[in-house]
Amino acid sequence: MKLGVLGAGAVGRSVATLAPEYGHEVTALADSSAAVVDAGGVDVDAALARKDAGDPLGDAEPGDALAGEYDALVEATPTTLGDAEPGFSHVRAALERDRHVVLANKGPVAERYAEVRELEADSAGEVYFEATVGGAIPVCATVDDLGAKHVSAVRGVLNGTANFVLSRMAAEGLDYDHVLAEAQDLGVAEADPSFDVEGTDAALKCVILANVLREADCDSLDELREVEVTLADAEVEGIRDIPGSALELAAEDGRTVRLVGEATRDGVNVGPRLVPENGTLSVTGTRNIVEIDHEYAGELAISGRGAGGEETASAVLADVARLE
Amino acid sequence: MPSEPTTAPDERPVDTVEADDGDDAAAETDGGHETELQAHTIRLELVDEPGQLLAALKPIADNGANLLSIFHERGSLTPRGRIPVEVDIECPPDRFEGILDDLRSRGVNVIQADAEEYGDEVTVVLVGHLVDTDLSDTLKNIQDCSGASVADIDLSAPAGAGSEAHSSARLRLRARAGETASVVETIRAVAAEKDIDVIAPLEGRR
Repeated sequence: MKLGVLGAGAVGRSVATLAPEYGHEVTALADSSAAVVDAGGVDVDAALARKDAGDPLGDAEPGDALAGEYDALVEATPTTLGDAEPGFSHVRAALERDRHVVLANKGPVAERYAEVRELEADSAGEVYFEATVGGAIPVCATVDDLGAKHVSAVRGVLNGTANFVLSRMAAEGLDYDHVLAEAQDLGVAEADPSFDVEGTDAALKCVILANVLREADCDSLDELREVEVTLADAEVEGIRDIPGSALELAAEDGRTVRLVGEATRDGVNVGPRLVPENGTLSVTGTRNIVEIDHEYAGELAISGRGAGGEETASAVLADVARLE
Repeated sequence: MPSEPTTAPDERPVDTVEADDGDDAAAETDGGHETELQAHTIRLELVDEPGQLLAALKPIADNGANLLSIFHERGSLTPRGRIPVEVDIECPPDRFEGILDDLRSRGVNVIQADAEEYGDEVTVVLVGHLVDTDLSDTLKNIQDCSGASVADIDLSAPAGAGSEAHSSARLRLRARAGETASVVETIRAVAAEKDIDVIAPLEGRR
């Protein structure tokens, strides 16, 4: 399959690099300032080497990549909130050209889910977004396989940075600021970690899942438009104000604190929760875990790496395989 | 303490006993009032003498409770040679203690009152300026508003009172069966008034 890859950050570059191994060809690769486009196949390594040297990826404009020749557009530009632009326009452009879209960018499906589905309904292309939730963990595919209609809740630890901070605080008896600085040194946390530690990132993932669950009960796009969820509907609380003493008290009682997000048909809730120290949800470090409550299957759990270029690219490429 | 022999039983049927207090509105069951009734189980032991059972039921009627069922195990005896009786009643929440007091004052031995009343437990951690915002007042509000009882509390305020740093407290609460989710909701509301964060288990889990 021919792939157009928008975004040359950790995920975009991993998708482009790994694509040949999965039997695909990259025909366009763009970052926010330049692009390299070649219907016969882009030399990905050379383009990324140029970028690493501080030069443009190629001679083309980013818009040329969007207009290029591909079967599926991989949208891996940074997640934006509100109108989810420019990601949403990229999705629209590809679908209007009857091309498939695989999202790693959470914005379009977290903030404009029904619109994305409308565009998809009018297109010969399809939209998949496994990589938007839980990195390498196949959450959407599992929910889909199990039948979203029969899934009542999806919950889990969906942010590696917040989990790293909480599990280090608990294990070492350190305070938030200390552990955050350490996480930043290790590259686990961004210089501005608010997206992660305030729960926004986990909330976006849960919003996407809540949309999937609600969509299962809808018979039409009109209905979906009525019930779709956005970040503004989510109840979100972060971990910034949790002192070390709270984790100590929890530990004395055989518990710990995790930033847990939960998506149900009622909505989305993200916040620090008390969980059993040896329970399913108390994964440590940057690891993520997702629990699915199913009408007949009961409780299922899948754990894995929730972030990282290659990890997330594996989910993107799994989606591409679904399109074949 | 062995129970004293009770006074001669009232000969009237139990269901008419409350006629005595017919003019005392406060002792009536809700019967149209909006008070919510709560079910309780009381286990008693009675001396094997005539009239004992009826005597034991009088405080229930006098306090305006509805008798739901009586399980009178005449064939079996408690270790003290008495007859175990289990009584299910429903009454407005504020009457229950009065019924127990009346029973005891009549020399009826109450073995267990409402083991089921607090059937669930939930643990939460509070985070905020707990000492400076009057922790005992916070706990009182939590108990008053949620109907749960604080079973124990552990406070950790490493920086001491008056500090900018937040302190934490772990509360274990006993709640009525099936009510932990609403108890947690109430705790959140009460705590929010003092800018206290609540770290609770996931809904439906203790």
